Amino acid sequence: MNDGRIILHPILEFKEGKKVSFTFDGKEFQGYEGEPIACALHAAGVRVLRESPELGRPRGFFCAIGNCSSCLMTVDGRPNVRVCVEKLREGMNVKTQKGKGVLLANN
Amino acid sequence: MSSLLTTEICIVGAGPAGLRAAIAARDMGACVMLVDSEENLGGQLVKQTHKFFGSRGQFAGMRGIDIAKLLSDEVTKDSSVTVMSDSQVVGFYPDGTLAIEKDDCLKLLKPQRVICATGASERMLPFPNNDLPGVYGAGAAQTLMNLYGVRPGNRVLMIGAGNIGLIVSYQLIQAGIDVAAIVEAMPYVGGYDVHARKIQRAGIPILTSHTIKAVHGRQVVEGATVSAVDAQFCIIPDSDRYFQVDTVCLAVGLTPLTELLWQADCKMGYIPELGGYTPFRNENYETTRPGVFVAGDLAGIEEASSAMIEGEIAGLCAAKSLGYEIDDFEDRINRAKTELRVLRQGPTGEKIRQGIASLMQLREECEGA
Repeated sequence: MNDGRIILHPILEFKEGKKVSFTFDGKEFQGYEGEPIACALHAAGVRVLRESPELGRPRGFFCAIGNCSSCLMTVDGRPNVRVCVEKLREGMNVKTQKGKGVLLANN
Repeated sequence: MSSLLTTEICIVGAGPAGLRAAIAARDMGACVMLVDSEENLGGQLVKQTHKFFGSRGQFAGMRGIDIAKLLSDEVTKDSSVTVMSDSQVVGFYPDGTLAIEKDDCLKLLKPQRVICATGASERMLPFPNNDLPGVYGAGAAQTLMNLYGVRPGNRVLMIGAGNIGLIVSYQLIQAGIDVAAIVEAMPYVGGYDVHARKIQRAGIPILTSHTIKAVHGRQVVEGATVSAVDAQFCIIPDSDRYFQVDTVCLAVGLTPLTELLWQADCKMGYIPELGGYTPFRNENYETTRPGVFVAGDLAGIEEASSAMIEGEIAGLCAAKSLGYEIDDFEDRINRAKTELRVLRQGPTGEKIRQGIASLMQLREECEGA
């Protein structure tokens, strides 16, 4: 999980949080609790987060601060989650979102 | 849904403008509620590792990350400012009620005054494959590496040689990431010389009068084509250069986050120098909707230093409009307005001065119509 992590930095020190496991499209991944899901995925080399609804083109994040909605994924069955600001928790089930997602699918 | 919350002044956004507005309104004696979508206060300051310029009053010489801490500590030192973090204001109803989402619950807040300090979002640029994963806002790359310690890529092409493009490029190098080049459509570097010289010392080429023609890749960015442009910004034939990069960062400007102001029916004008649609406001930073104030990038794209001063003015004036008084009110307002004038003087402030002049003129025309 550390390939994409910055280890040495002249100004900043990065405190490692608690390691947690989650799944991405059925495969097990690890990240730090409380970091955005997109960061944990990116550090593990995952850049494609969803397929665009019309043309099925790959999409990643763009703004990383919750403004642009480029990074929508399905998290624990809920579609259209902005994973650039959604905090990672143990056992989350994260899926590539295909299409627009169905609102209130669980209700 | 819970019952209706109330406060005297609600400040939306706890970046440099919102934090300073909260401190100023609190100093005046007003009841303040500060709402921010993030867990940590400070807005974009929390990822700015470089030292600031400007006056000592605006923390020149301090890093953004340290200014964020200083201002947040000041706001949270006692209970006079109620802080709602991890809370996003999603609605501004006609009667002035704000809808706030926190933990999947909606709260309603009816403040007597609102100071909007929502900041800005990064601009996209049109070119083939600009939607491929790996095309990131420069601020996004900065968030990943400086806030979370994650490498945004291994080799980056930066588009835009304004201050953000230069600063983020330098910070990428500090994080051990290659920067292939900085591409700038204008014939000159837009950012400060001090940043440009750091880039040149690091050996990174700045290609002025160049633009990004396309990004290449199947699933993610694998490379980019850059072309030279003429004085009319038209691509010069046979000037293509290919860069093998896995990340393209866009630092091509910001645009004010005006959604709440549109909902609030604040009148706005399209002012390119200020970043797009910008709210009409008076010299106290009150919008055309009485009781709604603005500060920071939302009031026109500028720098964190000016955002903090605008926050001070908006905070003082919003509290004053509720009847609060302090002895040094006039002194603080005059000092703030003088500091803004100083920040905006000289050639680097020309664009912002023009923008503000256009905004004020357009406002008069609209009011006269």
